[in-house]
Amino acid sequence: MIDTRAVYVLWLREVKRYSRSPSRIVSTIAMPILLLIFLGLGFRQANFGGILPKSISYISFLVPGIIGMSLLSTSVFAGISVLWDREFGFLKEITVAPINNLSIVIGRAIGGSTTSMIQSIIVLIVAMVIGFSSENLIGFVTILIPMFLISIIFISLGLILAANMTDIQGFGMIMNLVVFPLFLLSGALFPIKALPSYIYVFSYLDPLTYGVDAMRGILCNLSAFPVVFDIFISSIFVIILLSAAVYFFNKSESK
Amino acid sequence: MCIISIKNLTKQFDNLVAVDHISFKVKKGEIFGLLGPNGAGKTTTVNMLCTLLTPTSGYAKVDEHDVYKNKVEIRKSIGLVFQEPALDSYLTARENLEFHAMIYGMEKKERNKRIDEMLNLVELKDKADELIGNFSGGMKRRLEIARGLIHKPKILFLDEPTLGLDVQTRRHIWGYINKLNKKEKITIILTTHYLEEADRLCDRIAIIDHGRIIVTDSPHKLKEKLGGDIISLKINNNFSRFANELGRLKWIREVKASKGNMNLFLTVKEGNRAIPKIVYLAQKLKIKINEIDLHKPSLEDVFVHFTGSSIRERENNGKLKLENLRKKMVPAK
Ligand SMILES: Nc1ncnc2c1ncn2[C@@H]1O[C@H](COP(=O)(O)OP(=O)(O)OP(=O)(O)O)[C@@H](O)[C@H]1O
Ligand SMILES: [Mg+2]
Repeated sequence: MIDTRAVYVLWLREVKRYSRSPSRIVSTIAMPILLLIFLGLGFRQANFGGILPKSISYISFLVPGIIGMSLLSTSVFAGISVLWDREFGFLKEITVAPINNLSIVIGRAIGGSTTSMIQSIIVLIVAMVIGFSSENLIGFVTILIPMFLISIIFISLGLILAANMTDIQGFGMIMNLVVFPLFLLSGALFPIKALPSYIYVFSYLDPLTYGVDAMRGILCNLSAFPVVFDIFISSIFVIILLSAAVYFFNKSESK
Repeated sequence: MCIISIKNLTKQFDNLVAVDHISFKVKKGEIFGLLGPNGAGKTTTVNMLCTLLTPTSGYAKVDEHDVYKNKVEIRKSIGLVFQEPALDSYLTARENLEFHAMIYGMEKKERNKRIDEMLNLVELKDKADELIGNFSGGMKRRLEIARGLIHKPKILFLDEPTLGLDVQTRRHIWGYINKLNKKEKITIILTTHYLEEADRLCDRIAIIDHGRIIVTDSPHKLKEKLGGDIISLKINNNFSRFANELGRLKWIREVKASKGNMNLFLTVKEGNRAIPKIVYLAQKLKIKINEIDLHKPSLEDVFVHFTGSSIRERENNGKLKLENLRKKMVPAK
């Protein structure tokens, strides 16, 4: 049912496009790195009075959150970039090919997740340069698992949004009304429990909450839930959102 | 031996009927043209046959497969060049073709051979590894034609293949289309609003207007249907009077008048004998003729005959309509 060659070629296209647009690479890496430097160094001396355990520095707390943010924004962007394909006509070339939408969605998801993970790894390396360190060296490998899950979740979300949008006008709105709230609710900048309870209940609905928590558990040994639980919940989100993306692709095609 | 047959095919968008109960058959190996002005429903028809749009009603079979039921089978056996450009500008020419070949499931060896073959056909071999972002419109079009052929389709759809290209490039593309029709024995459906293109390339033409097919035949037979020569006149004054006078004459088979630009089109049996008589009549009525032209019927005349206006007028201004002054219709004064 999944056409591996189609998945591969969609992946290849995404990676080639990515490697050929240096401005896109730079602009999407710049934002997380600036946040990391200014928040990380700016709050270096701050005393969070009970919000954070004494044993952990703010920058250590922040790094998994910023990686989460980087994954979130680049993945939603990768998903929504279907709109550009539509604008420049290339979408028809893919649509009229004799392959099913499941293969198309998987190909796009894996392609987008590759580029978005590469960016996040660059952010992690920069973080290490400015002083982030982790005792858990294996963590640098295992963190790829939540990274992968987060990126697939948000690419699927981007694909779902794109399938339901008629033009690229709504793009800015999506970034502000979807990406930003998901980022703020996820506990990327501070523990969600620091929020009033009537706000943080929404954090439990935000897939990024579990992804960031898992990465923090792996890199900093600090997490609200067991890491295995975070991975489990994220996997459920992956299945639901991927299926929804395929559903909406099928729906938008059968006009 | 019909590779495509459609019957009463209809597509309705909200309250606009874009394609209205059209029927035709396409024979294997022929170049079949859909000729019509902007908004006639050509692209909508092509999209239904390519399974990109589901028809509202009607019947259509492409290569023995039903458009409602066997979408994947149809997609495998057709190649398509869209009206709008559909290339990835971040990829090179070869990469665009490779993407296509892979998504259609071709093996590496066969793929590379075929890509080279097609790049040769459209004379883009030396540009193969350049990003297509820098290609001209004509080069992109050629590449798209090559791409439509990579997976060896039985039927190739070309939606306005030369739209917006200069005359020289257009001729070039006609050359490729003819060549591959002969060499690859491929059936070609092409849409166009260029009369010359339809005339030169197509074995048969369906004239489509307002979503309806007006007539289907070979260019030659269509011209014969007019039954005579065409005289076109450009008048300086007293347009309606002259048109009415001509309308009464028995030896003129048909009079079509375009008041907007003072043009008259007459269909007559022997044009060379008719001209002196017409000039004489004009002098008698003190009407000044600016231009006069006699020719064998062209596809343009066919179009005027069957739709009541010329395709160019229709493109420029939908309302500029030719009045039909066929004798029977002219009220006696
Ligand atoms: N998706 C759509 N929704 C609503 N109306 C549509 C849609 N697609 C086409 N139409 C309308 O259907 C009619 C026929 O359009 P179509 O694109 O088939 O014409 P065409 O013959 O290809 O013209 P052109 O030479 O401009 O390409 C037009 O009036 C067009 O506005
Ligand atoms: Mg069209």
